[in-house]
Amino acid sequence: MNKTHLIFRHEFWHTIKRTGFVVLTLVPPLVILLGIGVYDVISGITKPPAEATEIGYVDEVGIFGRFTSQEEITLVPFDSGEAATEALVSEDIKEYFVIPSDFISTGTIDRYITQRELAPPAATTAAIENFIDSNLLEGKVPETVITRVEAPLNLDTTTLTATGEVAKQQGGMANFIVPGVFSVLLALALIFNSTYLLRSLSEEKETRMMEILLSSVSPRQLLAGKVLGLGAAGLLQVGVWVSLIPLLLNLASSSIGGFISTIQLPANFLILGIVYFILGYAIFAVVSAGVAAISPNVREAQGIASIYTVPAVAPLWFMSLLLLAPNSPVWVAFSIFPFTAPVLVMLRLGVTGVPAWQLAISIAVLVACIIGGLVLASRLLRAYMLMYGKRPNLGEIVRNLRNG
Amino acid sequence: MPAVEVNHIVKSYADRVVVDRLSFSFDQGEIFGLIGPNGAGKTTTIRMVMDIIKPDAGDITVLGERLSEDTKNRLGYLPEERGLYRKLTVIDTVLYLASLKGMERYPAEERADYLLKRTGMLHHKGKKIEELSRGMGQIIQFIVTIIHDPELVVLDEPFGGLDPVNTELLKEMIVELRHRGKAIILSTHQMNQVEELCDRILMVDDGRAVLYGNLEEIKSRYKSNSVIVSAGGDPGQIRGVSEKRAHRGYVELVLDGSMTPDQVLKELVGAGLSINRFEVATPSLNEIFLRSVGKNHE
Repeated sequence: MNKTHLIFRHEFWHTIKRTGFVVLTLVPPLVILLGIGVYDVISGITKPPAEATEIGYVDEVGIFGRFTSQEEITLVPFDSGEAATEALVSEDIKEYFVIPSDFISTGTIDRYITQRELAPPAATTAAIENFIDSNLLEGKVPETVITRVEAPLNLDTTTLTATGEVAKQQGGMANFIVPGVFSVLLALALIFNSTYLLRSLSEEKETRMMEILLSSVSPRQLLAGKVLGLGAAGLLQVGVWVSLIPLLLNLASSSIGGFISTIQLPANFLILGIVYFILGYAIFAVVSAGVAAISPNVREAQGIASIYTVPAVAPLWFMSLLLLAPNSPVWVAFSIFPFTAPVLVMLRLGVTGVPAWQLAISIAVLVACIIGGLVLASRLLRAYMLMYGKRPNLGEIVRNLRNG
Repeated sequence: MPAVEVNHIVKSYADRVVVDRLSFSFDQGEIFGLIGPNGAGKTTTIRMVMDIIKPDAGDITVLGERLSEDTKNRLGYLPEERGLYRKLTVIDTVLYLASLKGMERYPAEERADYLLKRTGMLHHKGKKIEELSRGMGQIIQFIVTIIHDPELVVLDEPFGGLDPVNTELLKEMIVELRHRGKAIILSTHQMNQVEELCDRILMVDDGRAVLYGNLEEIKSRYKSNSVIVSAGGDPGQIRGVSEKRAHRGYVELVLDGSMTPDQVLKELVGAGLSINRFEVATPSLNEIFLRSVGKNHE
């Protein structure tokens, strides 16, 4: 009688009812939702009022008399700096600027304000620029040229496929956001779920529960049930995140708008996200099972886990280098290395197209390592799960791995 | 058909032989005592019987068949080192472990309620294991061991850490299992419990069998040629007695071999003594244990 399903069911339900699991599953989407809400509220409070603003100016060149109405800003001429200062102090104008007589040769304008600021507001700068440009060019070039000078270009990039057709995913910084955030969550999920398996097995060994379990089921069934049960819980977690991505994107797009509404997810992103979670979890799970078997207690096992889970997060440390050259041979190599592949491939998918052959090799290497790891982990489990109190030395472990 | 039949099993770890060509068997309805000093190979032997580890050589038949995953449902095991899922409630623990023994949920719930009530633990069924005392946890483990009504029950040091009331309760339940025809392996250091409960014993030392057989036969094999007498007065010189050893409340008379204990009793009665106690001196199992194991360690 195969009892794997009983262990699977117990581990799955036991895990998803844990507070830590519920918190980790719900907090990231809630944080994003909260972020959208906070953005809405803050942008509502801080958005500059759409009311008309008057800005004074003193024209010492003598050619800037027209185009004083720029969107919501009205430019009010003053004869002298003193008159403009008086108007500013009495709050008739919000600020003023002086176009000195040598402006044409220097391009320098002196601006006067009453409130400190980091940089001039974009709307004010644009209004002054357009006012200067329009007055300088009036009558010398057609009006359409003046418009072009004011807004010189809009760089519209199109990515083509190898055959010259327009690619489905056009890339861009905005499209990196979802894979970037997903990679961080994936790394967390891999570490969280595989170390939970490690803790669960070590605890069963330390509390001697293992002996009762092994008097009812075989080590193979026990390992399979635990790996699958905890993996299913992890998959549920990633599934919740993945299924909430479109909803959160819609919300963010309608709320924040702008570049978020241009986000396109690669078609295979969600599928690959699930595939890499499953494979990533499995590779870390088999290592965790082996480590739990040879460790005398939970603390030592967790100490070792803090070393071998580093590759799961390592790609995130080098994100800036990855953004610069996503197809560098180094990243290709680490996309194939099984412990870094899951997170790295997800990150690269956000930056660039990952060729199918790289995906195929990466997945094949992961699968091969998982199968090999399972054989070795069950050998360690059989040899060491009931050996308490001392950690076997390396030579002994290697001998047991070799002999089975 | 014996409940358990073990033939020449051997188990080694690294280069150390832990169990060395051990053979034994016992029947249904018997309590089989497995005794020996620490590190003698008792737990390793039990783990091999339970199919938790495989012997390097020899074979084991349990309930008439080679152990398989299906046979495990007919066995109950209380290991020496105990532990349960600390965060799980009593009832969830019992039901989960019962399900691993092939029990359906409804019968398992019914039986769990019965056993919890029987052991006075029913009102603790919703508590987490970590809220229980050590002794209570041990009772829960005993319930888990027998909930599926196993045909073979293996108890490794079942009385350690129990108070006298719970020890008596456990003994009562073990004897009840024997009466219901279950085969029981009892591994313990408490020789008085073995003497009280076991029908047959196997004493192991350094992985090898030191003593094996019916407990009464073993004890009579080790009996000394002396009698214990508690009488109202000094027995004086008695024929057939070579030595008198005075103890508190009784005298041990060492016989010279020319007379049987019956004849010595007749002599004592004939001498006009009122006899309160007269018995053939047999060594306790503890003495036999010390003699047998001590001999090997000399």
